[in-house]
Amino acid sequence: MMDAPLSPAAQVAAENDKAVSRRSRLLSLPALFIVFVFGVLPLVLICIYSFLKPYQNGGVVWQFSTDAYLNFLFQRDIFDDTLQFAPDFLIIYGRSIWYALFTTVVCLLLGFPTAYFMATRPPEQRNWWVLLITIPFWSNLLVRTVAIMFIIRDEGLINDMLIYFHVIDKPITMLYTDFAIILGLLYSFLPFMVLPLYSSLEKMDFRLVEAGYDLYASRWQVLRRIIIPLAKPGIVAGSLLVFIPALGAYVPPLILGGGRHLMIGDLIAQQFGSGRNWPLGSAQALILMAAVLVALYFYSRNEAGPVKHG
Amino acid sequence: MADLSKTMDLKRQAGFGTIAVICLIILYAPIIVLMLFSFNSGSQITKFEGLGLSWYASAFQNQEFYSATKNTLIISFTATIFSTIAAVLAAIGTTRVKPWPGMSWAFMIINLPLMVPEIITAVATLSFFALIAGAFGLNFGIGNIIIAHTVFCIPFAYMPIKARLEDMDLTLENAASDLYATPWQAFKRITLPLLMPGIASGTALAFIVSFDDFTITQLVAGPGQTTLPLFIWNQIRKPMTPEINAISTILLMVSILFISVSFLIARSRKT
Amino acid sequence: MSNSKVAIDVRGASRVFKAPGQEPVAALDNVSVSIKENEFFTLLGPSGCGKTTLLRLIAGFDFPTDGQIMLYGEDIAVLPPYKRPVNTVFQSYALFPHMTVAQNIGFGLEMQGKPKAEIDARVAEMLKLVRMEPMKDRKTSQISGGQQQRVALARALAPKPKVLLLDEPLSALDYKLRKDMQIELKRLQTETGITFIFVTHDQEEALTMSDRIAVMSKGKILQVGSPHDIYDRPAVRFVADFIGETNFLSGAVKSSAKGNSKVKLECGPEIAASSDDGVKSQGNVTVVIRPEHSNLCAAKQGQLKGVLENAVYFGTDTHYHVKLEDGTHFMVRQQNEGGAQKAFAIGALVGIAIDEGTARILRD
Repeated sequence: MMDAPLSPAAQVAAENDKAVSRRSRLLSLPALFIVFVFGVLPLVLICIYSFLKPYQNGGVVWQFSTDAYLNFLFQRDIFDDTLQFAPDFLIIYGRSIWYALFTTVVCLLLGFPTAYFMATRPPEQRNWWVLLITIPFWSNLLVRTVAIMFIIRDEGLINDMLIYFHVIDKPITMLYTDFAIILGLLYSFLPFMVLPLYSSLEKMDFRLVEAGYDLYASRWQVLRRIIIPLAKPGIVAGSLLVFIPALGAYVPPLILGGGRHLMIGDLIAQQFGSGRNWPLGSAQALILMAAVLVALYFYSRNEAGPVKHG
Repeated sequence: MADLSKTMDLKRQAGFGTIAVICLIILYAPIIVLMLFSFNSGSQITKFEGLGLSWYASAFQNQEFYSATKNTLIISFTATIFSTIAAVLAAIGTTRVKPWPGMSWAFMIINLPLMVPEIITAVATLSFFALIAGAFGLNFGIGNIIIAHTVFCIPFAYMPIKARLEDMDLTLENAASDLYATPWQAFKRITLPLLMPGIASGTALAFIVSFDDFTITQLVAGPGQTTLPLFIWNQIRKPMTPEINAISTILLMVSILFISVSFLIARSRKT
Repeated sequence: MSNSKVAIDVRGASRVFKAPGQEPVAALDNVSVSIKENEFFTLLGPSGCGKTTLLRLIAGFDFPTDGQIMLYGEDIAVLPPYKRPVNTVFQSYALFPHMTVAQNIGFGLEMQGKPKAEIDARVAEMLKLVRMEPMKDRKTSQISGGQQQRVALARALAPKPKVLLLDEPLSALDYKLRKDMQIELKRLQTETGITFIFVTHDQEEALTMSDRIAVMSKGKILQVGSPHDIYDRPAVRFVADFIGETNFLSGAVKSSAKGNSKVKLECGPEIAASSDDGVKSQGNVTVVIRPEHSNLCAAKQGQLKGVLENAVYFGTDTHYHVKLEDGTHFMVRQQNEGGAQKAFAIGALVGIAIDEGTARILRD
C-alpha cells in the first residue's frame, strides 16, 4: 500500500502502534473472557434449550423438538392430538407490552416537567436535585417495591388513613391488582426517565427559547415547537430505558401482582421453577429478547448513542 | 418586582415545578414510610404506636439476618474486586487507543449485561451452572453467585472509569513523557492517580448493584446461600413483623451511603 | 553569536498524513533548517502552517515520514520523547493537577533518577529563577494563569535540557502580562544559555524576541533570517504580506546587475530596487515598499503620483491611502511631527517619495 519505503522513524512508530494494539487487546481480555464465558455462552445455551425437550424434574432432555415454540401459541388437545390456538401466553405478552407502554407514557408525562424543572434551576441547586433523583434510582428495588406493598395493602397505611378519617368503612383492595403492578412499575422506573431527560435538557441552548419568545410565541408554543423537539434524544433514550426493562420486569409483578396478573418475567421464571419446562421458558425468554432487540433497533436508528443505565 | 421576575423568567413553564415536587413525593413517600415504621415501638407493621429501636435490636439478634448479611458481604466484596479490576484493565485497553480489530464487538460484549433483561440473564445463568454441575460435576457453591454478579458488575464499573479516562487531558501524558517518564512511569504517576475518582465511582456502583441484586441471585442461589434481598423476600411470604422494616431500612441506608459517596466523588473531580 | 555550533539540524523533514480514501496531506513538506546553540529561534506563521508539527517532531510527539532531525549531530527522530534531552512548554501548560508547584518542577529530575537532595536544590533554584518561591506548596489549580505559565517554564528548564521548545506559551495571557513575559523569556534565555525554539503566530512577538525567525506557510519554510532581514528584505510575497504592512507594485525589469535592478513600474515611473545577491532579476516582478519608507510630497517632487483617498490618524503617525495612476493602492506612513505640518487635502493629487535603497524585488 505504501509507495515509498518508510523512514526509520515511521517504522519505529508503526512497531510501537502494533505493540500498543497487542497490549490493548490483552488488557481487555479478562473482562471479555468473564462476560463471554459466563454471560454470552449462557444465552447461547438457552437458545439451544428452546429447541429441546423438557425433563420432568427440571432441566432438559437432549432431543430436538420445536414443541416449546409451538406451545407458545398452541396446545395439543389431549384427546384428538390436534393443535388448538391457546392465547394464554400471548395474553401475558400483550399485557406486559400494555403495562410497559402505559408506564412509559406516564413516566414521560411526569418525568418531562420534572426534568425540565431541574434543568432550569441554578447550577448549585441542580446538583442537589440530581442527587435526590439518583438515590431512588440506585436503591434496592426489592425494598422499594416492598415499601409500596406495605402502603397499599388492605391493612396498609393508605387504607388505615382512609378508614380513620371515615372516608370509607372497608379497605379498598389495591394490592394484587393491575393498578398495583403499574404503580410498582412507575415507581421503579420514573428515575430512569428523568435522568436521561435531564441530561438532554441541561445541555439545551436556552437562547433558542429566548428567540422563540422574541418571535411572539406563547409559552405553550415554545414548549411544543422548540423545547420538546430539541429534547428528542433525551425523550427517546428515557422512553427506551423505561420500556425495555418494564417489558421484562420481574420484581414489581412478583411482589405486587400476587401471581394473578403475570408479566413475561414471572412467566419465564415460573417455567424454570414450578413449571419444570425449561425449553418453554427458554423460548419465552428468546421471544422477549427479540422484542427488546426490535426496540433497540428503532433506538439505534435514532442515533442517540449507546444505552446506559447509569 | 417579584411578580415581574416571575413573568419575565423565560425558562418557567406553568405547573412544572409542582409536578417535580409531586414526583419527589412519589419517589420518597414509600421509603420514608418504611423507615418511619422501622422505629415503631408497636408490633403492627403499619400501625404507628410510638418511637423505639426495639426492632433494630431484634433484627441484630436474628441468626438468619446475620447469615444473610455475611453471605451478601462475601459475594459483593469479591464480585466488586474482580469486576473492578477487569473493568479498569478493559477501560485502559479500549479508551483513547487506535481502534483495534474487534474493538466495537468487545465494547458490545462488555456492555451486554446492561442490555439484556435481568430475568433472561438469570435463567440463562441458572441453566449454565446446572449444565456444568450435571456434565462435569463442578459446583462452585457460593462461587456461582459471585461469578454471576461479577458478570453484571463489570459494565457498571467500566462506564465511570472509561468516562474519566476520556475526560483526561491527553497532553498530561505527553508532558510526562517529555519529562523523561517511561510509559509505565507516566501511567503510575500521572494516569492512575488521576483515574482514581473514576475507579472509586465504579467500585461504589459495582458494589451497590451486587449488594442490591435480587432477580439473578434468586434463581441462581442454592440452599444456604441466602443474601439480604433474598432474606427479605423470604420474610414477606411469612407473617411479618416490623423487624422487616428495620432490616429494609438498613439496606436502604447502605445504598444511600454508597450512592452519595460516589456522587460526591464524581462531583469533586469536576472542579 | 560567536559560537555557531548547530544545536538542531532539520534535514528534509516531511510529515505526510494519509487517511484512507483521501489525498495525502503534507503538514510539513521537505523542511530544512539549522538552529544554532544559545539562539532564540522563532517559528512564525498562521495556524495550519506546520510550525507546531515541526515542534512536535523535535519534541518526539510525532515522527517524520521522511527526513532527519539531528540534535548535535545525532538523529533523534527514532527516539521517544523520554529519551530526548529536549523539554517542552505546552500551550495549555499541562501542569499535573494532583501535584504541587514544587512537585511539578521536580518531576523531570525525579524521572531521571536524581537523588532527593539534588532535586530539592534544583527546584529551589528554579523557583527563585521564575520568582514563584511563596507558591511552592500550592496545588497548580490554585494559582493564576500567569503563574502557571512560569511553573511550566520552570518545570521544563529544571532538567537542564539542551533545547527548550515553547508552543505558543503566551497566547492565553492578557496583553500586559504577555508583554512582561516576553521580556522575562528573553532574559531567561540569555541567562541560561539554553537554545529556545519558540512557536507563535504573532509577528510582533517574533520580531521583538527572536535572534532569528523562520517564516512558515503551508508546511514549508519560506524564509529564515534575523528580524531585520525578515522585515526589511522579505524574499517572497507571503513573508512581505504576513509581517507588517507592505505595498506591492508590479513592474518589469529593465536592467539588472549584482542585486541592483531598475524596474519599470506599471503605475508609471522607473525605480531602483534591490534583490538578493546572486539572484538575477528579469521579466515581470513585484516590488515591495514598506509604508514607513515613503513620504508624501508635492505631486511634482514624488517618484510616484496619485490621488489622496484617505488619511487615518493614529496619534503617533498617520496613514495616507493613495490611489496611483494605474489604480494600485499605496499606503504611506508618516510620523506626526508636533506643530504645523503640511496638510494634504483629500482628493488632491499628491506625490510619494521613496527612501533610497528600500525597494525590494520579491522572488515570486
